[in-house]
Amino acid sequence: MKRYLLIAAAVSILALLPLFLVPVYYLHLLILVLIWSFIGTSWSLMGKFGIVSLGHGAFLGIGVYATTVLWNFQGLTPWIGIPIGIALALLLALLIGYPAFRFRVVGHYFALITLALGEVVRLSIIAARNITGGSLGMTPDRVQPPTDVSWYALQFSDKRYFYVIALLCWLGALLIWRWVNRSMTRPALEAISEDEVAAASMGIHVTSHKLRITLLSAGMTALGGILLGLYNQYLNPSSLSGISISLEIVFLSIVGGMYSMLGPTIGAIITIVFRESLRTYFGVSLAGMSESIYGLLLIVSIIFMPRGIYGAVETWLKREPPPSTSAGADPDPDPSS
Amino acid sequence: MLVVDSISKSFGGFLAVNRVSFEVQEGEILGLIGPNGSGKSTVFNLISGAHKVTGGSIRFEGRNITGLTPDKICHLGIARTFQIPRPFKKLSLLENVTLSAYFGDDALRSPEEARDRARKVLEIIGLPTDDRTEVTTLGAAGLKKLELARALSTQPRLLLADESLGGLDHQEMEQAADTLNHIRTELGITIVWVEHIMGVLMRVVDRVMVLDYGEKIAEGLPKEIANDPKVIEVYLGNQQALA
Repeated sequence: MKRYLLIAAAVSILALLPLFLVPVYYLHLLILVLIWSFIGTSWSLMGKFGIVSLGHGAFLGIGVYATTVLWNFQGLTPWIGIPIGIALALLLALLIGYPAFRFRVVGHYFALITLALGEVVRLSIIAARNITGGSLGMTPDRVQPPTDVSWYALQFSDKRYFYVIALLCWLGALLIWRWVNRSMTRPALEAISEDEVAAASMGIHVTSHKLRITLLSAGMTALGGILLGLYNQYLNPSSLSGISISLEIVFLSIVGGMYSMLGPTIGAIITIVFRESLRTYFGVSLAGMSESIYGLLLIVSIIFMPRGIYGAVETWLKREPPPSTSAGADPDPDPSS
Repeated sequence: MLVVDSISKSFGGFLAVNRVSFEVQEGEILGLIGPNGSGKSTVFNLISGAHKVTGGSIRFEGRNITGLTPDKICHLGIARTFQIPRPFKKLSLLENVTLSAYFGDDALRSPEEARDRARKVLEIIGLPTDDRTEVTTLGAAGLKKLELARALSTQPRLLLADESLGGLDHQEMEQAADTLNHIRTELGITIVWVEHIMGVLMRVVDRVMVLDYGEKIAEGLPKEIANDPKVIEVYLGNQQALA
């Protein structure tokens, strides 16, 4: 009961935050944190079961470009464009996932296949430059006649609208995480990640379990990409697809802790706050310095906290009298496994 | 119940199983013996669908199951254990068995039902039924029991038990043999039992089949097999293994 009150309080503080918190820059950071937390959580739904995708940028890009192209060229509202964009991402996930899982492409080999995927989508977007604007990127057309608040085009000049949308999506992702964690899908996927042959011999349909979690993750990631595009009102192939953004999703999830419900969120907070403060600190002097420090910290944190920051804190807390297991808590504190 | 008709399996140029045929009658325990590398485990892998046959067919309760996937074969009522235990270390003991009950038996709809079934099976097998025990705390005997518990929790009609006794001491072996016998008589599950250790096996099984170099060289009652000169020569070699 106490826990639910705590959660309710936390959610209402987050919901009311934009009423009090005035500086637009901080609101901007919060929105970015929420969207990236959403994307990181989506990735971790797969990643925590050892299905490591290095190509989630593909889903990010395909969803948002489909939605925007449909809006700009067909005048189709994002309310219809978003489901179409997500459906295309699901189709892509199916095309890659089914053969890979069916023929037992696992571990590093699966990661390599997906690594190529992100790049293929990025290059395709650049190649279709007459509708996507190529590597220069594209801007969703302003809704006509221009208004400050258009629910039809999902264009808002006030950031607070987007804050609430991003908050709802993020909460939704946490609920999905919790739902997966409490269903029999979790132990089934844990078993599959350890030993596919043994799992299959006890009646678990390995391919369909892996495929379902992959589709869930891909669809959510596509929605995350759409949120980014709608919020920024600007699309760029290298910031919404390709290798670098795919790896960034992976890194923020790992740094935060992909085995815990709030791990990817912690990862997003740290990544964004850190990068922003390094960028403002170094400015344009010492170009590349902020990236170098970020990379260095990434290496250090992976070496010393393989379960991520949240995971490390959780493990540390569990050495004391164990707290009542929270919803997102990883059931396996055993570092030897 | 199970009709295996002339199955073969080759890995590249190596013929692991060569035209082996046998039948399993409902309610019996069939012992499957043979030296290392004689193809016993491969026969299991073929029946349970882990490997695809190169030739021949397998029928279970009148239905052709050749080429079906392992999860389908499990659902049809054939469960197996592995020679080397393959526990899921990330899951607790109870979770391991609950999982196999839930996914292995279509009749169980809810996780709660599956957990109840798991507790019952663990009790029959003689493992702790609480939800705290981790599989990493189990010894060799415990892990073998877990293999058996997971297989039984799927409510099979045919159990393929793969070298359940390797690595156990004498008392544990006797216990395990009694457990298998109990499973047959009390639960009415037909068993094919692959084993190195003849002594204990001979006491419990109804019939024995002997494999060597992927071929069936003998089949019959335990007494006949133990005295079959061909078996003694090819498989046993020295009389010590009979002890």
